[in-house]
Amino acid sequence: MIGTYLLRLVMKNMWRHQLRTALTVLGITVAIISFGLLRTIVSSWYASAEFSSSARLVTRNAISLTFPLPITYAEKIRQVAGVANVTWANWFGGIYINQHNFFPQFAIHADSYFDIHPEYVLSYEQKKDFMHDRRGCVVGRKIADQYGWKIGDQIPLRGTIYPGIWNFVVRGIYEPGTNKTDASQFLLHWEYLNERVKSVLPSRAESTGLFIVQLADSKQAATVSAAIDSVFHNSLAETRTETQKAFQLGFVAMVDTILIAIQSVAFVVIVIILAVVANTMTMTARERTPEYATLKALGFSVQFVVLLIVGESIMIALTGGALGMLGTFPVAQAFSKATGSMFAVFEVSSSTLWLQLIAAVLVGLLASIIPAWHSARIRIVDGLRAVA
Amino acid sequence: MALSFSYVARNLLVRKLTTAFTALGMALVVFVFATVLMMAEGLRATLVGTGAPDNVLVIGRGSQTEVQSTLARDQAAIIESVAAIASDADGAKLVSKEPLVLLNLEKRGSANLANVVARGVTANGLRLRPQANIIAGRMFRPGTSEIVVGQAIASGFKNAGLGEALHFAMQNWRVVGVFDAGHSGFDSEIWGDAEQMMQLFRRNAFSSVLFRLIDSEKFARVKEQLEADPRLNVAVSAETQFYADQSEQMAKFIRVLGTAITLIFSVGAIIGAAITMYASVANRTGEIGTLRALGFTRRSILQAFLLEAMLLGGLGGVVGLFAASFMRFVHVSTTNLQTFAEIAFSFRLSPAIAGYVVLFAILMGLLGGFLPATRAARLNIVDALRAD
Repeated sequence: MIGTYLLRLVMKNMWRHQLRTALTVLGITVAIISFGLLRTIVSSWYASAEFSSSARLVTRNAISLTFPLPITYAEKIRQVAGVANVTWANWFGGIYINQHNFFPQFAIHADSYFDIHPEYVLSYEQKKDFMHDRRGCVVGRKIADQYGWKIGDQIPLRGTIYPGIWNFVVRGIYEPGTNKTDASQFLLHWEYLNERVKSVLPSRAESTGLFIVQLADSKQAATVSAAIDSVFHNSLAETRTETQKAFQLGFVAMVDTILIAIQSVAFVVIVIILAVVANTMTMTARERTPEYATLKALGFSVQFVVLLIVGESIMIALTGGALGMLGTFPVAQAFSKATGSMFAVFEVSSSTLWLQLIAAVLVGLLASIIPAWHSARIRIVDGLRAVA
Repeated sequence: MALSFSYVARNLLVRKLTTAFTALGMALVVFVFATVLMMAEGLRATLVGTGAPDNVLVIGRGSQTEVQSTLARDQAAIIESVAAIASDADGAKLVSKEPLVLLNLEKRGSANLANVVARGVTANGLRLRPQANIIAGRMFRPGTSEIVVGQAIASGFKNAGLGEALHFAMQNWRVVGVFDAGHSGFDSEIWGDAEQMMQLFRRNAFSSVLFRLIDSEKFARVKEQLEADPRLNVAVSAETQFYADQSEQMAKFIRVLGTAITLIFSVGAIIGAAITMYASVANRTGEIGTLRALGFTRRSILQAFLLEAMLLGGLGGVVGLFAASFMRFVHVSTTNLQTFAEIAFSFRLSPAIAGYVVLFAILMGLLGGFLPATRAARLNIVDALRAD
């Protein structure tokens, strides 16, 4: 009974200063949206690691990714116990028109690549067309849409590692098999690259940057990785094998300084809005000091007055929070569109939504501490006498 | 007639808590803004300081970084024959032909891997980079597998300290010296004997050729001559410009992201200022009426409130800048996404950044105070006097 009464009073109080409340709610909305957006940016970075299946290993040169491995390693890896299948991919690193159009390009061994990556869904006809055209390429749905590519289009890439202008013909567009599949890859024939490299950069021919290993049993990832690396131990090109997930996380770790910065900044916006809401509540409570004193004089408990202030603060914060959570979705969508293929997947996660809700409640709670404490402490006489 | 400054300032002092909350919100925005600009500036200054004015760097055309580039021995010899290259006292040309590789090394204090540039240099390479000085140990002996490391590498990577040894290319490379390159990009590099490295990495090509010009005026002609040479297919840049370009994308990324974040955050702080100023106007309605009755014009009322808001913003700006100035002591090391190699740098506060962020804070105050100040100026004298 007293609860519903309290709630009604809170709602009435909340909208007495319409402009002030509206401004505060707007501030919280903006803060919660930016908090959500920043969290989503960070988690999208990590999302790249989630594409990867745990039943796959990546083998590369132990020195660094810029060193290739001889293609003959494929057969040696295939013979390691626990290996079901092997394919390879080589980073091409071409530029499409200008540097701003970034998407990953790999020269692949087409026969085995799609077998190991069933999440790249390609129709039988398109795959056949790709296999029959040495200069063909297969592109992900996301970049095909972004650049308006259709089957049969010519795509020129300017090589940075492999010099010259390379023209490819789109023979297939693969669809992402799951919503965590990277649909922004550009795949070309390793054989074609190799042939051309043989004539210009013979030292780089017959090699690849990565081998992708399909495990017979995903539980054996650690032992098979060690077994592969031991085969090539003390050879000219030693290898480093890890799960695809660890491999991807390695890239994320390289920029973790920036991710940490973004994450900390996400919390700063919450503190900023906390200061704004605390200010609103302090002003409100100060103006109503005589009212609260009257309530106390009428026999309402101190707790009632405290709840009145805390309730109003949380109500304002929750209103802004809810609007912010709703607003995060269109903003995230617009952001994802604006950044193009920079993030393979850009989705607001449920954990982000929970954090937004918690942040809103916390802001409401913390902002009311000083005014609530102040109103609880003040003597009725002083309160009645107070001038705002 | 304008209202005195102390009248304006004292209004902020009357309600200390409200002033403090509002200024805190703005201070946090300024802190984030300043920190981001300091980070971008630190990265830029580090890479700009990497080159020396008269040095010219040649890499393969189409390559964006030294690591991607390959220059065959005969190409390097052609470059070496350029007439405008300076000579030392003994008449030997100041040219350094350098192989460059990326090493995937483990960071100290975590299992994370990062790519580090290992550069093969000669005695000339050291003379062309006078900013690098050995601060511990000694220089490597030519023809051995000894290396010297930049100070950021010695402190940041496992087994890279003085007296320790790194294992790569089937060899243990003993760290015999640590050099300080004046907080330039070279501080994040490993240097060893050029011929030794090429042999052990089984490479028969250099990555880049660095030389000093007799006279920097000759740069344009040398550039034209080398780039037009059909045997070469190279890109020629001033060393300072080359490294400055390598910071461009990353610094721009940090700056754009940071500015976007700051602008969104500032909405919260501006709203905070607006709420405070609206309350300030509401509480002093009677006072404003009195002032108007005394003969103060609408314009001077407007000025007084705008000044109060700007003062509030300025206060937040100074507090935020003061807090941000401590970030100068923070050193970070991250992967430069442009070169894919680790780069260590520190936050750098320039007078331009300081002026910029304080102005920004004042502008936030002005924006927040604009509507409330207009309301104050529009008040009717009679109504205002009757308000209390």
